[in-house]
Amino acid sequence: MSEQVLSSQSKKARPRGLPQINPVYFILAALIVAIILNNPAFVEPTGYMNFLKRAAPLAILAAGQLYVIVSGGFDLSVGSLITLVVVGSSMLSNNDPSSTWWVISVMLGIGLAVGLINGLVVCYLKVPSLIATLGMMITLNGFAFMWSGGAPRGYLPDTFRFFGRVNIMDVPVIRMLPVAVIVLIVVGFLLYWLMHRTNLGRLLHAVGDNPRAALLAGVPVNRVRITAFVVSSLSAVITGILLGGFAGVSTDVGTGYELQAITAAVLGGAQLLGGRGSVPAAIAGALTLTAIFTLLNFLGLPQPVRQVVQGLILIAAVALAMYRRKRTGQ
Amino acid sequence: MSGAPVIEMRGIAKRFPGVVALDDVGFACRAGEVHALVGENGAGKSTLIKILSGVYQPDEGEVLVDGQPVHFRHPVDALAAGISVIYQEFSLLPERTVAQNIFLGRELTRGWMLDNAAMNAQTRRVLDMFAAGRRIAPDTLVSELDVASQQMVEIAKAIALDAKVLVMDEPTAALNEAECRELFETVDELRGHGTAVIYITHRMREVTRLADRVTVLKDGQVAARFETLPEPAEIVRAMVGRDIADFYAPFATPEEIAAAVLSVRGGANRLLRNIDFDLKAGEILGFAGIQGAGRVALAMALFGARPFDAGTMTLAGRDVRFTHPRDAIRAGIGLLPGDRKGEALVLMQSVRDNAMLSPRAFAGAAASHKRNGFINLDGMDTLLDRMEVKAASYDQEIRFLSGGNQQKAIVARWLALKPKVLIFIEPTRGIDVNAKAGIYHLMRDLAREGAGIIMISSDLPEVIGAADRILVMREGTIVAEHQKGAEETAIMLDATGEQEVAA
Amino acid sequence: MSEATAGQAPAARVRFRFDRWAPALLLLAAVSIYVGACVATGQTQYLSWNNLLAVLGRSIALGITAIGQTFVILVASIDLSVASLISAVAVLASVIMNGSPAMIVPAIAASLVLGATVGLINGLVITRLDVNPLIATLGMSLVIQGCLSAFVSNFAGAVPSEFQFFAYGNVAGVPFAILFFFALALVAFLVLRFTRFGSNVYAVGGNQDAARFAGIATRRVIVIAHVICSLCATVAGLYLASRLRSGAPWIGANGVYDLESIAVVVIGGTILAGGRGGIWGTVAGVMIFSLIDSIFNVLGVDAFVKQVLRGVIIVAAVAFYAARSKRIVA
Repeated sequence: MSEQVLSSQSKKARPRGLPQINPVYFILAALIVAIILNNPAFVEPTGYMNFLKRAAPLAILAAGQLYVIVSGGFDLSVGSLITLVVVGSSMLSNNDPSSTWWVISVMLGIGLAVGLINGLVVCYLKVPSLIATLGMMITLNGFAFMWSGGAPRGYLPDTFRFFGRVNIMDVPVIRMLPVAVIVLIVVGFLLYWLMHRTNLGRLLHAVGDNPRAALLAGVPVNRVRITAFVVSSLSAVITGILLGGFAGVSTDVGTGYELQAITAAVLGGAQLLGGRGSVPAAIAGALTLTAIFTLLNFLGLPQPVRQVVQGLILIAAVALAMYRRKRTGQ
Repeated sequence: MSGAPVIEMRGIAKRFPGVVALDDVGFACRAGEVHALVGENGAGKSTLIKILSGVYQPDEGEVLVDGQPVHFRHPVDALAAGISVIYQEFSLLPERTVAQNIFLGRELTRGWMLDNAAMNAQTRRVLDMFAAGRRIAPDTLVSELDVASQQMVEIAKAIALDAKVLVMDEPTAALNEAECRELFETVDELRGHGTAVIYITHRMREVTRLADRVTVLKDGQVAARFETLPEPAEIVRAMVGRDIADFYAPFATPEEIAAAVLSVRGGANRLLRNIDFDLKAGEILGFAGIQGAGRVALAMALFGARPFDAGTMTLAGRDVRFTHPRDAIRAGIGLLPGDRKGEALVLMQSVRDNAMLSPRAFAGAAASHKRNGFINLDGMDTLLDRMEVKAASYDQEIRFLSGGNQQKAIVARWLALKPKVLIFIEPTRGIDVNAKAGIYHLMRDLAREGAGIIMISSDLPEVIGAADRILVMREGTIVAEHQKGAEETAIMLDATGEQEVAA
Repeated sequence: MSEATAGQAPAARVRFRFDRWAPALLLLAAVSIYVGACVATGQTQYLSWNNLLAVLGRSIALGITAIGQTFVILVASIDLSVASLISAVAVLASVIMNGSPAMIVPAIAASLVLGATVGLINGLVITRLDVNPLIATLGMSLVIQGCLSAFVSNFAGAVPSEFQFFAYGNVAGVPFAILFFFALALVAFLVLRFTRFGSNVYAVGGNQDAARFAGIATRRVIVIAHVICSLCATVAGLYLASRLRSGAPWIGANGVYDLESIAVVVIGGTILAGGRGGIWGTVAGVMIFSLIDSIFNVLGVDAFVKQVLRGVIIVAAVAFYAARSKRIVA
């Protein structure tokens, strides 16, 4: 076998040639252009800021889901957790504005518990994450029904709805800044940093790629996995807070969001059996999905079409990724 | 033995990206002949066999069956032409019966229904052709058979498919002494039935016992062809073909060996018993034995992956008990698994990330990935340079590196943690011959720097050439100790428990 | 080859016998608990023959679906689109029949065509586009749901009383539905045990590469397995239409049929990795689930609490089989 002898200098440098840009950014750009062509008002702050505001919940959820996907699993319980958060918050707060902070704390606590249980069941009971989180989904939906007796009472106070609904006005240059977008930037950056700038992210990738090798290299595989589920659940809680503020209370607030989050992550290039994924790309995937739905709305296509389109996108995204993998000989 | 060969390969060449696996290889086998195909790891044996069985297509050259050229596009074509291969990893379905496995894909039917009675009866007939097959019942689940019987089923399957040519790849790797003898008898019976047997091994005593002719492969070419059975030493020389003195590193001098760094007394678990030994700092301690003897089980016990139930372990003077690899690593033990792809490499990650995996695993989760208590990125790059890991860049995904360079990157992973003990399992498996010397010298350097090295290898010449001391294991315990450069025969006797070598 | 080979064979034997008898043991346990619950709450009227038939009758739809799901899981795939297909068929059949007995046969025909098509697409997407079965069938589920809600939002169509024989008719004192279910199970068993196709199913699930090398058309086997699964879901949808006398888009609701059909198969001893298991185990699993449901009824458990417990029990059932495995699970 011939081996090239290279100087040590070049080994530390980046490989030459065009850097690989994730195709999702191109798709997103193309869609934005299409939206602008359809609706020129999009370039105004009221246009794009509202777009970001609407996309923020999914973006945060997708970034959290990415952690579980990279570690090699799926978290199908996030949709029902969103529902539980919204329903539970409205029940607990009972329209009392001062209750918001402790209600949010309780919800974060619930999210933490759900993530822990998901992780423990997968790691120690050896139940595949598909089944474990699907079972959790059913259970959480049941809890949501139980708590609200089938019909959610109460309203969410304005202090709670602040995050999802309020826009900060009179901002220089961009004129309006939705609080949701601020939350997206903060949480998005946090999730990005945790995945791409810390040890946890590298360990997550290793666990998803080759859990046996990770174990023998000394990685605390179970702890890493459980952390991924906790991150996913906590981001679901934040998504729930945003959605509750934006959309109000209902028993199917979160339905289907888990699949949207997985679709967004896959659009961003995440590999389904683990080992590869990027937070910014997942967020871009979420924006892409939202852009597609926005475009469908502009074209006057009804809501059910959205579901069909989403199903097709999900399959197409994965099929394309598999095709590319085969071509590059992985 | 009739004159014309049943199977012949002429001028075979096969190239993969960056590698010439086979170069102008010719080979022939007659009916009723046992032809031994010998060579080190990476010599090209498995590539040749994969071409024979239709998994690969040759870039040049041709394959002839009964004198007619054939082109196999799919393994099924090779099967139809009468060529069956028994690999080390059996291709049996464990949850199906012996008969169901033998008739896989060509089940007998009566109308629309499966004819189980007929299949069982035919299976019984095929099994009865061999002494070893008579005790196997056709309706037993394969998962309930021991390894030797499973191998017998593989052989029966090939015969049931009217195989003219049977290729056996290291068939005795997992067999004990009695089972080996039975297998040799089976091969004799195959010879008697007129089957051409291509027998791949690197154990000289099997070549001596079974082979009519021997072909030696080295670096993808035919290094030697013996029409009659030669002295084992001649075969080995053709296999290795270089000055042994430069190949392995020099043994440790007495000054270089210090006090015991690792001691085990009375170590035992489900697979091991009465494990007593010392590993001294500065020495390379080799473990020899046949597969199943317990060497890997011992490594896993020392590493905390499959711990001891009983006994004591002392590391650097302290009593230790490991129940998880993290404990062992924290205390200063590192392990390089034999199955690099399955147990050591994170294939989609870069060389640098692979090397940094263990240091990162012991640093804080929220800490920066660039530096930690053990080493930072620049330090790791320097370490990789020092070990001469050849890659286009350390950002390159590790799956693009050669086996030898991958192994060095994994060593770098442990070095960053400054281990007291390093356990190598099959250190040069899948590494081409030129790079092996590099690994041996690396192991010696590590020992010189004060670590204790444990080396577990199925390649006996390698153990004899590289280890300062050799412990032989058999059936879960340590049975003998040899000094450096010991005789291969003596070690094999201890490993198999025979008093004398059968002629 | 693993060092543990020497100790493996006896261990394998013991483990296998456990897996074979576990479903029967669980069934026995469930029966005991049911009897115990009836006696303890003084409701011994529930221990009558008629009542036991009613217990089984409640789970016919699940049972029929699970028989199809068994085929898919045996080839190491999975089908999460059964729930939405059940809804779609129920609606389609009801709408076509629209109360007219003459339209029964066309309705059945149309439904079977729909089911076969769905199964075919699922199978092709999985085998030709290399899409993960989870994603492929979830995507299909979205597409079906989207199409369904585009046309229907409430009860639609009507089932003529002749067709209601399926769900309500009796033959010699035994409900026709139960006889049908066991007949279907028998046919499935015969196919799996005594035909070449059945043998191929086990081979493909056990070791796809070995099957392919032996000349078996593995892709075709997987596609056919998916078609069988979808056809069974179709029959379940027809049964439900017959039972509810109409069709509604939420019949297969909330993914419960998806998860429960999988859980029932796993409880019956068929492993998710494929290659091992069978129909009678699935039948035992169905009976266990019916009994659990009945136990809840006897104990007067609230409907929402039942849902919560359902999720927990499903996960626990899978864990029961999986927890002994030493492998790292995704």
